[in-house]
Amino acid sequence: MSTKTAMETPTTMTASARTKLRTDSVGMIFDRDGKSLSVLENINLEVSEGEFLCLLGPSGCGKSTLLSAIAGFLTPTSGEITIDGEAVRGPDPRRIFVFQERGVFPWLTVEGNIGFGLGKLPRKERAQRVSHYIQMVGLEGFEKSYPHELSGGMKQRVEVARALAVNPDVLFLDEPFGALDSITRLIMRGELLRIWQAERKTILFVTHDIDEAVQLADRVVVMSARPGHIQQIVPIDIAHPRDISSPRYLQLRDGILNQIGLAHKL
Amino acid sequence: MSTMAQPRKWEYVFWPLFATAIFIAFWHYTVVWTATKIFPSPLEVERGFAELTHKGVLYHDIVDSLRRVAVGYLAAVAIGIPLGLMLGWYPTVNQIVNPVVQILRPISPIAWIPLAIIFFGVGDYAAIFLVFLGAFFPIVVTCVAAVSNVPLIYRRAGRNFGLTPARILSRVVFPAALPQILVSLRVALGIGWLVVVAGEMIAVTSGLGFLIIDSRNSGKRYDLVVGAMILIGVIGLVLDTLFRQIEKIKPVRWGFRDES
Repeated sequence: MSTKTAMETPTTMTASARTKLRTDSVGMIFDRDGKSLSVLENINLEVSEGEFLCLLGPSGCGKSTLLSAIAGFLTPTSGEITIDGEAVRGPDPRRIFVFQERGVFPWLTVEGNIGFGLGKLPRKERAQRVSHYIQMVGLEGFEKSYPHELSGGMKQRVEVARALAVNPDVLFLDEPFGALDSITRLIMRGELLRIWQAERKTILFVTHDIDEAVQLADRVVVMSARPGHIQQIVPIDIAHPRDISSPRYLQLRDGILNQIGLAHKL
Repeated sequence: MSTMAQPRKWEYVFWPLFATAIFIAFWHYTVVWTATKIFPSPLEVERGFAELTHKGVLYHDIVDSLRRVAVGYLAAVAIGIPLGLMLGWYPTVNQIVNPVVQILRPISPIAWIPLAIIFFGVGDYAAIFLVFLGAFFPIVVTCVAAVSNVPLIYRRAGRNFGLTPARILSRVVFPAALPQILVSLRVALGIGWLVVVAGEMIAVTSGLGFLIIDSRNSGKRYDLVVGAMILIGVIGLVLDTLFRQIEKIKPVRWGFRDES
């Protein structure tokens, strides 16, 4: 595969890449009105350091539950999740969860939000970091603004910046662009890729949007519902920036559509 | 002028004044037409008030009432908010305490007057205690609800950034609940102002409540009764208007966006 970019692109599933995160036969059973409901079954995943992984599936397939469990907000009923060889026991500032823009604190300014996780730093260093990430997400001039004065896309940038500011090694993104209009969504995808290439975080990204998954990910984990399980893992072997009308892109996308059973149905 | 048109600046002042003038005129002519000897006309109220102002009584009554409300209310805020936050934070404790709170809450502070006098004797503290009771329960109950209404996402974000539970409470839960808490504080201030008047009719010998009951008892001065009532209304309005300014502060403004 030829690439025109000067920027080095991570090749998918590099043999040498270190394993960052593992899930070993993770299962999750919820109690709903006295009935037990199996939400996740036998999830085995291995994510390399610096990898961009998309969890793709229809709503209700348990992809958000899986992400919450990996982030440490939920404890799996069975199986184990390990990050850097350590079992996950709860949320950790080294791994930040980015909600849809709803996670931004409305009582803090843009600056206050981005500096939220930096309470332990000296004032000066904190201010430097905040302004660095404000610049990175392109919010210069809005430092003193409150979230309700911003658009949805800007709030999402604030949340991404707030996460990046504490310099985590893993980012969990739960349908982060789901509430944005389609143009803003495309711009945000580009920005996320730019930031990922600059900062080399391991990213787990939940989406129900097939195009989004194929545009962003090194590998797409296709999940299906009731109980949620991994149907297939599709490596996306196209270099960034991706040409979304290239034959390979369309082939991969159609492959996933096929996998979900939706090919040529519209 | 069409009803769809945006009211002009002077109209915001003019129409309320106009309505007030109509009301006063209606009052005046009702007194004239019914030829009542007891109910005072607006002019008589105004004259009675001028008399009180000259004697310097009115100023002291206002200050006394405001002082009692301030002390009772601030005590209710100082105890009610931390208690409410704590009960909201520990739902199991709340479940244990909640029945007692729910039984005490609907009891009008007025019903406490005999007990207040036993506890504190006739005097300032009895009246202050009544104000405290009136303001305390709405604050506690709303704080509990406000804490449990804080979106899970905010708490998770707080935990994710490694905050201790105490810091999650102070840096996430409290600011997230603050707009709702402010609503209860405003309601509680209104209740405190209602209750102090009732308390002053029985427990003390100064304040606007005492002015009302004293004006009636010593010489059936209904001009002063009505005047004191109007004054109570105006001060209540001023207090509420002042309080609403707090809602415009930016860190809480987001919680009041639905209001015009």
